Amino acid sequence: MAETASATHVRHGSSIGQPLTRRDGVLKVTGQARYAADNHPPGMLHAALAVSSIARGRVTALDIAAARAHPGVVEVMTPANRPPLALDPDAKTGPFVFRMEVLQDDRVRYAGQPIAVVIAETLEAATEGAALLAPRYAAEPVEAGLDAADVFVPEMVGPGAPAREGYGDVEAGLAAAARRVEAVYETPAQYHNAMEPHAVVAAWEGDRLTLDTPSQGLAWAQDRIAGLFGLPPENIHIRSPFLGGGFGSKGVISGPQVLGILAARLVGRPVKLVLRREQMYGPVGHRAPTRQRLRIGAGEDGGLTALDHQVRTATSRFDDFIEPAGSVSHTLYAAPAIAIGYDAVRLDTGTPLFMRAPGEASGSIALESAIDEMALACGMDPLEFRLRNYAEVEPISGKPFSSKALRDCYAQGAARFGWAGRPLQPRQMRDENGLLVGWGMGTATFPALMFHGQARAVLRRDGTGLAELGAQDMGQGAWTALAQLAADSMGLELDQLEFRAGDSRLPDAGIAGGSAHTATAGAALHNAGAEVIARLAELAMADRRSPLFGAGNAGVVARGGSLLRRDDESRGESYGEILARAGLEEIEGRGSGAMDPAVQEHYATHAHGAVFAEVKVDPELGQIRATRLVGAFAAGRIVNPRLVRSQYYGGMIWGVSFALHEQAVMDKRTGRVMNANLGEYHVPVNADVPSLEAILVDEVDPHVNPLGIKGVGEIGITGTAGAVANAVWHATGVRVRRFPIALEELALAGAE
Amino acid sequence: MNRFDYVRPASIAEAIAAAAEPGSAYLASGTNLLDLMKGNVVRPARLVDLNHLPGLDGIELLPDGGARIGARVRNADLAYHPEFSRRFPAVAEALLSGASAQLRNAATVGGNLLQRTCCAYFYDPASACNKRDPGAGCDARGGENRLHAVLGWSERCIATHPSDFCVPLAAFGAVVEIEGQFGRREVPLEEFHLLPGETPERESVLAPGELVVALRLPAEAAGFAAHARYVKLRERTSYAFAVVSAAAGLRLENGVIAEARLALGGVAAKPWRARAAEAALAGARPDAASFRRAAEAALAEAAPSGDNAFKIELARRVAARALLLAAAGTPERLPALPASAFAPVPGASLHG
Ligand SMILES: Cc1cc2nc3c(=O)[nH]c(=O)nc-3n(C[C@H](O)[C@H](O)[C@H](O)COP(=O)(O)OP(=O)(O)OC[C@H]3O[C@@H](n4cnc5c(N)ncnc54)[C@H](O)[C@@H]3O)c2cc1C
Ligand code: SF4
Repeated sequence: MAETASATHVRHGSSIGQPLTRRDGVLKVTGQARYAADNHPPGMLHAALAVSSIARGRVTALDIAAARAHPGVVEVMTPANRPPLALDPDAKTGPFVFRMEVLQDDRVRYAGQPIAVVIAETLEAATEGAALLAPRYAAEPVEAGLDAADVFVPEMVGPGAPAREGYGDVEAGLAAAARRVEAVYETPAQYHNAMEPHAVVAAWEGDRLTLDTPSQGLAWAQDRIAGLFGLPPENIHIRSPFLGGGFGSKGVISGPQVLGILAARLVGRPVKLVLRREQMYGPVGHRAPTRQRLRIGAGEDGGLTALDHQVRTATSRFDDFIEPAGSVSHTLYAAPAIAIGYDAVRLDTGTPLFMRAPGEASGSIALESAIDEMALACGMDPLEFRLRNYAEVEPISGKPFSSKALRDCYAQGAARFGWAGRPLQPRQMRDENGLLVGWGMGTATFPALMFHGQARAVLRRDGTGLAELGAQDMGQGAWTALAQLAADSMGLELDQLEFRAGDSRLPDAGIAGGSAHTATAGAALHNAGAEVIARLAELAMADRRSPLFGAGNAGVVARGGSLLRRDDESRGESYGEILARAGLEEIEGRGSGAMDPAVQEHYATHAHGAVFAEVKVDPELGQIRATRLVGAFAAGRIVNPRLVRSQYYGGMIWGVSFALHEQAVMDKRTGRVMNANLGEYHVPVNADVPSLEAILVDEVDPHVNPLGIKGVGEIGITGTAGAVANAVWHATGVRVRRFPIALEELALAGAE
Repeated sequence: MNRFDYVRPASIAEAIAAAAEPGSAYLASGTNLLDLMKGNVVRPARLVDLNHLPGLDGIELLPDGGARIGARVRNADLAYHPEFSRRFPAVAEALLSGASAQLRNAATVGGNLLQRTCCAYFYDPASACNKRDPGAGCDARGGENRLHAVLGWSERCIATHPSDFCVPLAAFGAVVEIEGQFGRREVPLEEFHLLPGETPERESVLAPGELVVALRLPAEAAGFAAHARYVKLRERTSYAFAVVSAAAGLRLENGVIAEARLALGGVAAKPWRARAAEAALAGARPDAASFRRAAEAALAEAAPSGDNAFKIELARRVAARALLLAAAGTPERLPALPASAFAPVPGASLHG
């Protein structure tokens, strides 16, 4: 896969656009990167959670004496002795403030809820102490599954979208349609399962708290903890340089992290608390299950007449997060009438949360399957059908797209995959061993968002620079891409730049989520760099001794650690010289990044892509393998093609997982997840994705933000999941609408 | 995990004496045992470590064509032993289709035989499980039992034995060598694991303290080397327990089947030797119709134990597939995806 030099990928300054390897790569492969749980402050104790095995009811007894008697156990924290909080953990003080279970009472809200914390000299003693608590319960009947009785229409979905949206007359559009598809698709509950479990090392000094804990948003976390403990945010120092993945589950501080802090408070010593893998299936969020009913109408010409996307999903009994699975239908296909609606049930589970491509992932597999079904009903090739219904403006808003190179994605992806000549009918292709072969496609989409972020840039007399912000590296390579942006904004080579991040004392970089981090933090760095350069230039231009004196109107260019006159680049001087003469050790600039409201008002901002999948299916046994995937994505400026390609690969593999592998198996009688481990909670292994290709399609976006950056972290799941599902249908002729696709549904379709 | 004593015996006799004490467990590589201990599923009071015992780690190729394998031989070492895998290709294929490379590098022969079921309710101390806690009940009944047993199960327990390795061992008549306080004995692998009946907590014939010291493959097993395969149906391409699996071997003479071997995995609390199917194949032509008949015979007594009726038909198909592949001939080299539906088929296409 050769790098292609093209308009958006050429060097800006010297770093942006370069396929640099990760700055932290050597640290990681040599085990030197320090993750939260690698910290051991002196005197530290270990805490272990005891969690509920029932999903609803009360804890009636804990054998605290037995746990305390276990050698090494120092303390057992229960609702009876848990230190007080300044804020009710069930207070809903904002839409992204989620209720948490931090031993406020004896209620059990879901299986896996923390019910006590055992603190001991060793992890083993704490763990055994937790087992010795042998809880007893007064259990109550459990609500599990999407058919639960109490159905409601939520006030809002996802981060704040309305639960009813649309335009036009869908019923009339359906009535007038020459072809109609009506189908119900089901997606299961899924859990984030980052490799690094949630962990916290908490150390109090009076009312100052030092925390090592993974967080996708340090300032948010700091505020949340400050609020809970009634302290000023600056008293809370959080270090979170690296995350072993987050996928949304580390976006907000979770109950177990707060319990670690409380435990340290209780014993007056530093405490480490790390979740066990099975404890990640409860208190730290999940993707809620969905049941999506799609009704689509099309005319004789294959043009859509109506699109109706109705979502049933689930939230917890005590808090709301509604998986916004209808959101993809806002954006993708032009139709004269679109209706999107939601209802939800309340289950005895932990509260769902954003999980990589929240809403888009679940919605995309349903919409792309239904579109595929409609293409067949119209007798059209799935790509031709999608082009026929290409949205020139965003359907739901009528706004133009800030940029949309989706046609190029379709064309480049299809060409690379070899889509042409695909038989329309299913079950037409076999490989040399007689395995069924199918080809499917899907359109990928994800909004290009921005949050708020800040950064600081410093130029030093020795010619080096410093860029800093409170961003963390989640494994996606943020430190590398952000440093590239910073170096260029400061006119420095990358090796002249010190890059500091991952600490709450640094400027608030906003949240690493919504695929918005590079755009947001990048803009902040860019502006901070621009400001420090401007200040330096002012110094020089006002100084008679500088060759830049009086460059005023022509201006200066910053490059390679020097300022040069724009009208005569032979005249210039280095940053160090300017600072030395001014008698300054360093000079700083600050910048912030955020979406320009005017852009939002005038444009729809999305990344797009097209994914093509080949699967093979054993005709008798039903076993499925996604043998070849090609994705072509357009996401504005590409800061680092190597890292971006990795994001696409990761997303595409997640898409395969969505279609074929991943699900939480819940025992409906008890509301318990029965496969809460990575052996049985299946995700693809290497052998499941033998061939992956991601094409970076050129796209220049003059509007979305000054750097022209869209996000790449989540889009890869969308499109892929549907492409794989459609390929399975094309291979077998069996349309499975419940995901992940079970092999017996293919093997035994039509049998008995 | 509970506190436990750790014993490192210097001899087999010492090991047996230590393990005969109530509450003891042998520790081989611990890939299964330590997982269970961490989950509080088993809480042994003492671990008797086999890892430093002499004499348990040899692979002996016997002059008569058979083989004797020490209980501590690693799964990967056995599978990659060139002469062993030449004589017993289906055994090597089964080994390499199990777990992951890392686990196979650690897991031992003895541990594989004695690994516990993968029933999720067994693994979960909060669920009722007759195997873990005799008389407590069985939460797998009426629960998530899609992959549970369809043969040989009882009202008390519907779990399966998850080993791949044991399936060809059952098919090819392996013998387990056991040493205990009262001496040495040998048990055919086919009789080594017990069906649940009224006592699902009893999983093998081992008495307390008894140690598996070795496994023997008889010379006659090597007679199937030219036509021996293992097929494992899985929910992902690798690193998953079998939905159902089958080991098959054929001895062909003059174009007919002189002798057939067939065993199924993932269907019962033990590797399931399908003797009725073998009998049906003796003297038959090696064609799809014969194999389908044999597969029907193999599953004649099958019954769903829950939401798993589909496994019965899939087990028939996997059995027929294994026989068909065996008839096509053992490949020169083991495929890169051992036992997989996606491995290339030698000779011709399987499906019309
Ligand atoms: C994630 C995962 C996936 C897996 N997938 C598969 C799979 O696909 N197919 C498959 O076949 N297996 C699979 N396994 C199981 C794996 O094969 C076993 O864990 C392994 O074989 C056990 O060997 P060990 O040496 O680690 O045994 P240990 O864990 O040390 O012991 C297991 C049991 O055997 C007993 N024992 C060990 N040696 C002896 C002896 N010589 N005499 C008497 N008793 C003894 C121990 O007391 C213990 O009860 C998987 C395991 C894991 C963790
Ligand atoms: S099937 Fe057997 S192992 Fe599983 S819960 Fe029931 S008794 Fe226990």
